[in-house]
Amino acid sequence: MKRSPKEQEESARQITRRGLIVGGAMGVTAAVLGGRMHYLQVDRASDFRLLAEDNRISDRLIPPARGLIFDRSGVLLAGNEQNYRITMVRENAGDVDEVLDRLRQLVRLDVSRLSRVRDEIMSSPSFVPVTIADRLSWEELASVAVNAPALPGVTPDFGLSRVYPLGPDFAHVVGYVRDVPETYLERTGDTDPVLRIPDFQVGLLNIEEGLEPALRGRAGIRRVEVNAAGRIMRELNRVEPAKGADLQLTIDAGLQNYTEARLAGESAGAVILDCQSGEILALASAPTFDPNIFVRPLSSSTYGALLNDPYRPLANKATQGLYPPGSTYKMVVALAALEGGHIDTEETVHCGGYTELGNRRFHCWRRGGHGRLALLDAIAQSCDVFFYELAQRVGIEAISAMARRLGCGVAHELPLSAVAAGLAPTMDWKRANRGEDWLVGDTLNASIGQGYVLTSPLQLAVMTSRIASGREISPSIVKSVDGVDQVNAEPPALDIPPDFLDAVRTGMYRVSNTNRGTAYGSRVVEASYAIAGKTGTSQVRNITAAERAAGVTSNEDLPWERRDHALFVGFAPYDAPRYACSVVVEHGGGGAAVAAPIARDLLLRAQAGEVPPLELYPEGQRRRVQEMHDNMTLMPIHRPLPDGGGSSQA
Amino acid sequence: MSFLEYSLKTTPTGLSKLLYFNWPLIVLVSTVAGFGFMMLYSVAGGSMDRWAEPQMIRFGLGMGVMFVVGLVPIWFWRNVSGVAYVVSILLLLYVEFFGAIGGGSQRWIDLGFVRLQPSEMAKITIVMLLAAYYDWLPPRRQSHPLYVLIPVVLILIPVLLTLRQPDLGTALLLLVGGAAVMFIGGVHWLYFAGVGAIGAGGIAAVFASRGTDWQLIEDYQFRRIDTFLDPSLAPLGDGYHITQSQIALGSGGWNGRGFMQGTQIRGDFLPEAHTDFIFPTLAEEFGFVGGTFLLTLYVLILVFCIVTAMQTRDRYAAIVSLGVAFTFFLYFAINMAMVMGLAPVVGVPLPLVSYGGSAMLVLLAAFGLVHSANIHRPR
Repeated sequence: MKRSPKEQEESARQITRRGLIVGGAMGVTAAVLGGRMHYLQVDRASDFRLLAEDNRISDRLIPPARGLIFDRSGVLLAGNEQNYRITMVRENAGDVDEVLDRLRQLVRLDVSRLSRVRDEIMSSPSFVPVTIADRLSWEELASVAVNAPALPGVTPDFGLSRVYPLGPDFAHVVGYVRDVPETYLERTGDTDPVLRIPDFQVGLLNIEEGLEPALRGRAGIRRVEVNAAGRIMRELNRVEPAKGADLQLTIDAGLQNYTEARLAGESAGAVILDCQSGEILALASAPTFDPNIFVRPLSSSTYGALLNDPYRPLANKATQGLYPPGSTYKMVVALAALEGGHIDTEETVHCGGYTELGNRRFHCWRRGGHGRLALLDAIAQSCDVFFYELAQRVGIEAISAMARRLGCGVAHELPLSAVAAGLAPTMDWKRANRGEDWLVGDTLNASIGQGYVLTSPLQLAVMTSRIASGREISPSIVKSVDGVDQVNAEPPALDIPPDFLDAVRTGMYRVSNTNRGTAYGSRVVEASYAIAGKTGTSQVRNITAAERAAGVTSNEDLPWERRDHALFVGFAPYDAPRYACSVVVEHGGGGAAVAAPIARDLLLRAQAGEVPPLELYPEGQRRRVQEMHDNMTLMPIHRPLPDGGGSSQA
Repeated sequence: MSFLEYSLKTTPTGLSKLLYFNWPLIVLVSTVAGFGFMMLYSVAGGSMDRWAEPQMIRFGLGMGVMFVVGLVPIWFWRNVSGVAYVVSILLLLYVEFFGAIGGGSQRWIDLGFVRLQPSEMAKITIVMLLAAYYDWLPPRRQSHPLYVLIPVVLILIPVLLTLRQPDLGTALLLLVGGAAVMFIGGVHWLYFAGVGAIGAGGIAAVFASRGTDWQLIEDYQFRRIDTFLDPSLAPLGDGYHITQSQIALGSGGWNGRGFMQGTQIRGDFLPEAHTDFIFPTLAEEFGFVGGTFLLTLYVLILVFCIVTAMQTRDRYAAIVSLGVAFTFFLYFAINMAMVMGLAPVVGVPLPLVSYGGSAMLVLLAAFGLVHSANIHRPR
């Protein structure tokens, strides 16, 4: 466009003017940007540095190795095993399905597990290793390693997993660990961050649960630099985890093994104590289960079978099973009566087969009666009428007070999951719980360990050890923690005159060693191994008048769950008591016939330190005992090292 | 229109033209681009061939285009301004209709060595067209409503087409860039004041309408505005970019963490770190010193463009040079404001630094126009 010079001048001036305005605006904006940069990078630099560190630093926990558990002589009861497993990283695998397919030809993978694993792989971030199979055999692992080129993204790996070498024998002592249940935090208030480690396991039963804090150890920390997706770029710092404390239990693994084996086939509980120290040497409940199955994912059918078994393998009958003690309670009544001066060892009572109270008859187990007898023979022959008489003189309050002093009706403190308190009933208890007044009949029932009285095998063993030693024995199960012996104060003497205890012990001796004693059939022929004990047979049902009229039905004719419980408590050797034992066989029948032979075997095994020699048994029984022992599969005996140290050999 | 108003005798010809290129501008542009290569190398974790090398090749091609454009007389470019505008509109329409066939919102045309975004091209052709328009328009008509309406329509055509893509950043750039050329062209300032007032009123109305029956924009759009105003409202959502960008920037401090030492980028905390969000990376690694250095280079580029505009006696050349400068300014100002939390997140690259072919090619060609203006001015 042709323009006049004047127009051109005007145009140039205008452009310059406007250009400078625009340029000025741009300059101002650039200055603002510079100012903002200064504010962010200089004024607030330290704030953003902190935020940047938060972004990239992440603390990862390293699970600690769990403490080991040994028996009193160093036999491993709970260990940690290298667990071979294979993991897959999705982003390295390429075609996940194809790789899994190939893997199936090498490793046993069932279909349901496979689909679960597949879902997990797909839902996890692509770089996170997902465990496909664990507890592989060495052969399986090797075949995976050899075929590694055909299995992209698959890595053999190992971790530690809990293993219980003696399996079922220790389920009711050591317990088990399992994956952390969802309700764990809520239930225990345990906020240890280690619980959030995937695959971390916690003790959920018995020693594993009771001593969880000591066994767990402390998690290590890996401080790592991560990216926004959480992938680890490099490790900055590392604090090694602290292994959990090793435990040594008071249990004798050989004796425990023998006890479980001896109880096999019954629904029973048994406890063997060192009656001078209170150390639990064996604590068995039958049937038992393999705690190793709980460490792995447990199928609901396996678990259901354990739950629905009428013999209740999951229950710890030795500590939580509560049974009427039957005649084993008579020592309590005897001691209460002696202490109260209601009787001496000379006074006799006539037993005519029953006692009448009002219009009700209380029968002796022996229909024809025992005739006249004094206290010691009343114990030996377990005369009910004699103790009905004592009960009326003593009263329930004194009986139950004595029971508690002997360790019945009180909860003993043990780091096991369920330790029942039992019941030594009082008048107040009945009024509060039943809303009824205490009747004399109730006292009579209680005097023969029936009615409201409930005890556990553990309590009966404690009672027996207190009678045997004359000391206030408390049971203990942990010998040392991390090599440090648990200090148990010398148990104080019971405040019961020794004469009275002596008398009761003599009565108990007669039970097993005189031919009118109820457990004479289960005697020991070698005097230095002699057992003193007491049988008990406790009813689980009321015998109706109609039944009585028809003649008492024999136990064998009743369905299992209505048969009597068979009990026996005893200690040995009689001369110098070392071991106290209690045996309860649920619905086993008579205490003399069923429980006493078991208790004899257990006490002999404890004294002999090996399978009891046949010479200790009466001649006529030796063949049967031999056969029984031949049919038991027992672990080899572990001879403790001279220094007794066990936890050193890990 | 004729070439006669130029005194051909006083403009350089032949190889001597090379002497009259705006060499300081070439040095500045190359320095900025070199900075960009370093950052792309760093962002790729020390890899040349991921981003840095393709970017260098494109830069080389772009420089070639710049020299060619610069050597061609400015009056030629004035004469083809209209054609260039129409071609870019046609290309925009082409991607509008055929780009969608690719199954997504394809915004580019593959030229082999570069994927050309017609919307990028439009940023320069609109400047060229408006410069030619105001060169042609007699001064007394400059503020005549009819002659104001014409450029408004010319601007709105590509703006609406890019908005449809949808590419808010480019649309904004086109709109503001076009308006700036109108201002430079001499349109009365009251028009701009009026539009500014209406715009402010509109924004006020939008905010006033929130939560009422006559709400003017959707809820999610409000949430985006909220997020911009306070990124901590959505630290993992929309606010994530802004927050992470400021963390990376701020943690650089005075001197930065050092080349290749940026932790935020290496941790992938900052997405798009090689394109729109490359500046925080640069600022983290080189600190305030590095950031202001780049800003200074940018400002110097503007200065040399403005100086060229002031020196030329040709109206078209002056308006184009200022328009190019302003467009370039919009790129880096919007990008930097965005990563520093002063503007909402819109897709605008950091010019000559961000990875991407179209913007670099178009900007270098635009600088070619400035060179041409510098060479072919009467002396």
